[in-house]
Amino acid sequence: MPPKAADKRRQGQGGPSGGKAGKAGKAGRKKRDEGDFPETGEDGLSARAAARSPDHLELPEAELKKEVTRTLTANNPHVPRDIVRFSFKERAYKIVDDMDQTAVHFTLNGYLIHKDSDEGRRQSIRSSTEEEKAPVEEEKAPEEASAEATEEAETKEEEPTGDAEAAEEGEREGEGEEAQAAEAAQAAEAEEAEEPPPPKTPEKKLPNRFNFIERGSITYHNPLREKGLQTDPAPFETFSDNVNQWYIYDTYMEELERMEKAKEKEKTKPVAKKEEKKTGRKLSYVEPPHVDSLSKVAKAAKIAERMVNLNTFDDIAQDFKYFEDASDEFRGQEGTLLPLWKFQYEKTKKLAVTAISWNPKYKDLFAVGFGSYDFMKQGHGMLLLYTLKNPSFPEYSFSSESGVMCLDFHSDHPHLLAVGFYDGNVAIYNLRKAGSQPSYKSSAMSGKHTEPVWQVKWQKDDMDNNSNFFSVSSDGRIVSWTLVKNELVHMDVIKLSADGTTMQGPEGLQLQRLGSGTSFDFHKKIDYLFLVGTEEGKIYKAHVFDLNINKLEPLCTQLVVTRKKNKTTHVQFNPVYPIIIVGDERGLITCLKLSPNLRKKPKQKKGQEVKRSPEEEMAKLEKLLSVVREPGSKKEK
Amino acid sequence: MEETEEEKKDEADYKRLHSFPLIRHSDMPEEMRVETMELCVTACEKHATNNESAAKMIKETMDKRFGSSWHVVIGEGFGFEITHEVKNLLYMFFGGSLAVCVWKCS
Repeated sequence: MPPKAADKRRQGQGGPSGGKAGKAGKAGRKKRDEGDFPETGEDGLSARAAARSPDHLELPEAELKKEVTRTLTANNPHVPRDIVRFSFKERAYKIVDDMDQTAVHFTLNGYLIHKDSDEGRRQSIRSSTEEEKAPVEEEKAPEEASAEATEEAETKEEEPTGDAEAAEEGEREGEGEEAQAAEAAQAAEAEEAEEPPPPKTPEKKLPNRFNFIERGSITYHNPLREKGLQTDPAPFETFSDNVNQWYIYDTYMEELERMEKAKEKEKTKPVAKKEEKKTGRKLSYVEPPHVDSLSKVAKAAKIAERMVNLNTFDDIAQDFKYFEDASDEFRGQEGTLLPLWKFQYEKTKKLAVTAISWNPKYKDLFAVGFGSYDFMKQGHGMLLLYTLKNPSFPEYSFSSESGVMCLDFHSDHPHLLAVGFYDGNVAIYNLRKAGSQPSYKSSAMSGKHTEPVWQVKWQKDDMDNNSNFFSVSSDGRIVSWTLVKNELVHMDVIKLSADGTTMQGPEGLQLQRLGSGTSFDFHKKIDYLFLVGTEEGKIYKAHVFDLNINKLEPLCTQLVVTRKKNKTTHVQFNPVYPIIIVGDERGLITCLKLSPNLRKKPKQKKGQEVKRSPEEEMAKLEKLLSVVREPGSKKEK
Repeated sequence: MEETEEEKKDEADYKRLHSFPLIRHSDMPEEMRVETMELCVTACEKHATNNESAAKMIKETMDKRFGSSWHVVIGEGFGFEITHEVKNLLYMFFGGSLAVCVWKCS
């Protein structure tokens, strides 16, 4: 590299260091390398400044020139100084003092042995006797004990032999001499020993007679690592007490008293509870009950279950949301139903779906009542609540002794469900409370029906803000049930009488034959006005306090889709989504999506709901009725 | 004198008849506690006269079943302060007049 301007300056400065340009150049370069910081060398400093890291400490000159002492100790800085171990003797954690400070950088196992050691001597004997040509000596050489004596004799004999063997002899002599060092050495041999040592040393170099190279190699071992571990000490506690005879006696007396009290309590309360107290064992220390680990994950498990279901039925979910049957355009008024989910529960396989209802608040929740329409086959009943989010298992399930016939959600309290049973009872289930029993149930004493309850319907809260509902049954009574405090109070509203026929009972009683009501519905605006449909095919317009009899043909308002082998029993429309759920005789609930054609009317209704007035609906109804009325007794199906 | 003796005997009999193993303090798990209690009752009944041999029997059985270094004290009147491993202490009364303290500490 050509010397730079700075270099030349240095050269000038470093004149005395050397006359020659090369030397001066070198000296100059050296100086530049050593001490460039305080001076402003053009290229040097700029290069260094560029090389400075962004977090380079900027120290003032005073600090830069400050002298720092650094001591060199023999301690290994990598050895930790704060290792703590639990000492079982002192039952405490103590700092470990004596840490090994040596750091081993290199180890190599050597293979040199001292020539005077046993092994050394053995080896030299062996090597020397190998070189000997006379077999006799070779045989004798390995033996130590005998060798000494024989060597002695041999050395004496061998002495006069040629110089070529002088070395070996000398060796042996020397060995023999050395071997006998402990024993009394003979003077002659001592003299001889003096001779051989000098020629020994140059002869030690063994010639390579076989002309081969020995080369060792070793396969790679994995290095060994030491690893130690100490377990945590077991937790300990102290306990103390004092015991004497009177203390024991007192404790026993107390215990006996406690047991007697417990027995008395058991007598007064006939209800049998779980026996935690066995006679003779009273535990003063009670351990906390083990929380069922499953309940902790219940919420997470529920979410996971729903996710799994969503994944499994992913295509159905997609259809539910987005599928629109394009072929509807070609079908005019007709539409199709696209099957979506199927809800099935093994316990309800033998039961028929008797009632379905959507929850007014949660649009994906619906309740299904199970029972049996067959008079002969009456068994238990079930009430299941499903959600569209989990089609494989019901969210809630309640079982009852008799079949469920009808159910209704409370519009304001969506957790209350009114249920009517085959045996004439009604019950209210509270979904917020756990447990399979209804919150309130009617009984024979509290005015249940004598015939199956066919429909229940919630009403607006009465003046005392008590929720109440109506039920209609084949026994001809319409009963209003009010939830007063914690009881169901019933009130017979109407007794339907059949066409004025009264029978003479066997004991002279006048029995009024009651017509059997099967369904009813309330007027939307007028609270106390409702319609009742009966088995005989009549519809009554009923006022709570009054009864008008209209002779009308029955309006069958049930759509029966006879597509499957099982007879379908119930259909419900979902108020929000374009789907319907259909229940059948085998306990299977199918969810179907309405194709656009079928939805047209609801859609129109949605748009026009605000405008539509009750009068229009009445007009529609009138039209329908007129259609029905004239042709005579016809049942629309 | 005789009457008082009889009374004492009655008391003792009463205690023995109405006595049952009463756990005064324990922090063992349920199964362990029951097993230990049964063992103590058996041992005390077997060596009713000799507390030491009863204690020996209990200690050895506990060592075999639940691990080493159990300690057992049986007596009718004593005070104690011990350090024990958590969940390995049983302190009970038995027989109307005997107190047994069993604990583990290595």
